[in-house]
Amino acid sequence: MLFENIPLACGSGGRLTSELIKEIFLKNFSNEHLRDLEDSAVLNLDSRNIAFTTDSYVVNPLFFPGGNIGKIAVCGTVNDLSVKGAVPLFISCGFIIEEGFPLETLKKIVLSMKKAAEDAKVKIVTGDTKVVERGKADKLFINTSGVGVFGKNSALNQKNIKPGDYIIVNGDLASHGIAVLNARNNLGIKGDIKSDCAPLNELIHKCVLPYNPSSVRDATRGGLGMILNEAALSCGYCIEIDEDSLPVSTPVKSACDMLGIDPIYAANEGKAVIFISEKSAKNALNSMRKHKYGKKSAIIGKVSSKRGGKVWIKTSIGAERMITMPEGEQLPRIC
Amino acid sequence: MKKYIKMNINYFEEKFWRNKELAHSMLCEIASLSQKINKSINIMEVCGTHTMSIAASGIRNILPKNINLISGPGCPVCVTSAGDIDRILKFPKINKNLIIATFGDMIKVPGSEKKTLSEAKAYGADVRIVYSPLDCLRIAVENSRKEIIFIGVGFETTAPLIAATVKEAHNKNIKNFSVAPLFKLVPPALRYLLDSKISKVDAFILPGHVSAIIGYRPYFFLSKEYFMPGTIVGFEPLDILRGIILILKQIIYKDPELKIEYSRAVSIGGNKTALKLMKDVYGTYDADWRAIGPIKDSGYEFSKKYEKFDAFKKFCVAPIKAKEPAGCLCGKILLGLSKPVECPHFGKSCNPQHAIGPCMVSAEGACAAWYKYGIKK
Repeated sequence: MLFENIPLACGSGGRLTSELIKEIFLKNFSNEHLRDLEDSAVLNLDSRNIAFTTDSYVVNPLFFPGGNIGKIAVCGTVNDLSVKGAVPLFISCGFIIEEGFPLETLKKIVLSMKKAAEDAKVKIVTGDTKVVERGKADKLFINTSGVGVFGKNSALNQKNIKPGDYIIVNGDLASHGIAVLNARNNLGIKGDIKSDCAPLNELIHKCVLPYNPSSVRDATRGGLGMILNEAALSCGYCIEIDEDSLPVSTPVKSACDMLGIDPIYAANEGKAVIFISEKSAKNALNSMRKHKYGKKSAIIGKVSSKRGGKVWIKTSIGAERMITMPEGEQLPRIC
Repeated sequence: MKKYIKMNINYFEEKFWRNKELAHSMLCEIASLSQKINKSINIMEVCGTHTMSIAASGIRNILPKNINLISGPGCPVCVTSAGDIDRILKFPKINKNLIIATFGDMIKVPGSEKKTLSEAKAYGADVRIVYSPLDCLRIAVENSRKEIIFIGVGFETTAPLIAATVKEAHNKNIKNFSVAPLFKLVPPALRYLLDSKISKVDAFILPGHVSAIIGYRPYFFLSKEYFMPGTIVGFEPLDILRGIILILKQIIYKDPELKIEYSRAVSIGGNKTALKLMKDVYGTYDADWRAIGPIKDSGYEFSKKYEKFDAFKKFCVAPIKAKEPAGCLCGKILLGLSKPVECPHFGKSCNPQHAIGPCMVSAEGACAAWYKYGIKK
């Protein structure tokens, strides 16, 4: 590792995050369940597969347009299980609360967790609470873990992505990242930019899995750019996407242009990236567009037969360039 | 009676400026113009936002072979000298009771000993990223027992905002706020480039945002004194293609007179409010540019009236002369003499997370743009 103390960029979901995970965690914990480093681990218990995942939530501010820390803590874990092809069933939640945190705020957060769990049809079955001295944590951190089971389908794996597969996303990109940035820094960007935070289990189970996708991934930190690079590296083929077909709402696009942020790398909390054969793509797309979380679904590109694991984009003006793995935090430009 | 066709074009609609058909016809025009010039042409963009836009849209890959786009000293973070970064890093050592507020990409820029604000933060210094200098005043009021220092980096685009902040602090009598003034000015840097005998520039793509503030009068010297073509250009892909067409025509017809492509934002006199504000708050001095050294009257420092807001003076941090990191080509890249890929460190020992020079750190640096967008030639 090239650093002695952990820099903030290690938490941003880019190349430095994966360097830390591989060099420190995977090196020590490595086993056949962890090795794939996908959204959930697949475990075999008494000849039945279950999916298991965990995630910690440290969002600032706790409330932002479109959601709050509690809602993403439930949706995030539901989505990590769902994109693996599992039906999410049970969730645990651990709260680390800073001394002096207002009870009313906690009630609001817990209520939205309840609503999100009802929406996703999962049960919160176990939990833990720790209160730390003032200043030892920033207001509230939540960890959720979840288990899910597989129906008739087996677990999805990005190694199964094939040349010719189409790539679909279920709607506008980057809205979570920009909504949180706007709220955190009082940027005052108007245009009703809301986080896309949503549980995707129903969308994936009803509208995607029946059409046998090769893989589905959850594009959160590091955005679409991170997921496409991981997928390309894992399957070994190049990926080609089309800039004009990327769904990004006009207010988010304008905010990204102004701040110098690439929407391809901005965070989402309700976006699945689906790799699916050409013949099934249209049917899946039609079905997804009928679902409330998939109305703006779009085919954004395909997996090429070229080997090399690189991601390419055809820009609006017809040129080609590479999409590399995101590096660290996306920081707005100066001028 | 002459009939006019009403075209339904919204020039502020982003899609118009990325239209594939228009891009294609502009590229055809560029190809035919380039054939009339039987030599290689170097067009320098002097704004980091242009550098990023050119890289993100892939323009470089679809231009004729004899049209080279080269980056100049247009990234505010990149042109901040190693000595000035060393000076900034002195603040947390001098006074433990302070908060350093900065725009994002300054935190990773290395000084002469490869130390950064990001590292200082990991070791305990209170370094905060702000999105507007005005946020510093809120931080100052909330932390009345601490000193707040804002790192004032940027060109004529950022300087007015910081001038407004300082004026507000003055009016509200906020005493625990100061700014490390490291502002740079574009026209003196252009003159330096043209006076230096090493420059390979044939024409300039001039910065749109800076020009929206200063207007276009300050560039008249380019054609009058140096016979140098230049066009003020916007930031969308079609702006840049249209700017290149105007520049090629300037070269072919030997007509270097300044052209304005970005007329929807730039006027001759610029932004009068901003200019008045800057005149009141700042005075010019010979700023130190990375890998270049001091350039006459190329930076802003505070005028007598606002001198008390100068953090270097307030905390007695004298200028530092420091060497550039060994083996780093940033200096040559900033002058348009080398391409990022020609640096032996590029993409190997130097990458955005472990950068040797600032051009790889800043979101608008030439090396960062080439690295991020995988440009190889």
